[in-house]
Amino acid sequence: MRLTVEKTINWMERMNEIIAEQKEFLTDLDQAIGDGDHGINMARGFQEVIKKLHMTNYSTVSDVLRDVAMTIMSKVGGASGPLYGTAFLKMSLALKGKEEVTLSDVAKAITEALNGLIQRGKAKPGDKTMIDVWDPVANYINELKSFDPDGIVQIAREAMEKTKDLQASKGRAAYLKERSVGHIDPGATSSYYLFLALSDVMKEGD
Amino acid sequence: MAKVGIVLVSHSEKVANGIKEIIMEVAQEVPVATAGGTDSGEIGTSFVKIVAAIEEACTDKGAIIFYDLGSAMMNAEMAVEQFPEKNVRIAEHIAILEGTYFAAVESSMNKDVEEILSALKNSFQHSK
Repeated sequence: MRLTVEKTINWMERMNEIIAEQKEFLTDLDQAIGDGDHGINMARGFQEVIKKLHMTNYSTVSDVLRDVAMTIMSKVGGASGPLYGTAFLKMSLALKGKEEVTLSDVAKAITEALNGLIQRGKAKPGDKTMIDVWDPVANYINELKSFDPDGIVQIAREAMEKTKDLQASKGRAAYLKERSVGHIDPGATSSYYLFLALSDVMKEGD
Repeated sequence: MAKVGIVLVSHSEKVANGIKEIIMEVAQEVPVATAGGTDSGEIGTSFVKIVAAIEEACTDKGAIIFYDLGSAMMNAEMAVEQFPEKNVRIAEHIAILEGTYFAAVESSMNKDVEEILSALKNSFQHSK
């Protein structure tokens, strides 16, 4: 695989489409165990991302991801602002100076993003957060010899679904204690969409 | 003499401004800046507003940030990382109203950032 500037922009456009389609669903999930703003925040954030990306010319994937991070950090008010901001910023830093972004670069970038999320959110796998999706995806992609879009989507979807049975111990849902069980985590869901969007774009071929 | 500044980060603009009003009763000479609500004035926190509040309240002596709920702390951390040269610290796990009130009084007595943080810890962080 080769992640180009164009593909990265397409990735964000696809993410924006999926989030816009699923806005109500994300809001419903967040109303069950959070503060109910995840769908609105993510939809507004990615709309702003697309606006920014269309106004600028990019020569590296790292620069695209840096602007994605900065836009999300400044435009998204809930926890998803600093968390997705950190994830994209770490990916940008991991790819800095790279003209060509290969599968192993992407694997490294996703691992760095995961480490950033763990540090920023002070959560670990099993806490019923977005990390429950990022962690297995990072592990899986690091073992791949060639990019496997369907495999990544499957891993991410299963990981997202598994958050349903977990009790939250980080984030707003943690206040609900055992009442958080039985609901899929909204951040895990939007993270699944991010990897779904990446797979969709990579399936279109180089 | 410069005093340690105080930055109030709340999900609500009204909460941030209300706490500031209370503090100003006891410590008018302490620089206090608020970052309440999102950029559009909704419930949430804004990285951009926090950065601006740090710039406003931070003196040569530094500043301490107080926050209300978890995601406010994450945005506060990201904002602090923008000022590696400044002595800005976050008061972690300290109730925002009691903490800022206490810190404002300490700051008005010319205590430095470290002294205020350790006094906060001793007064508010009891063993769980």
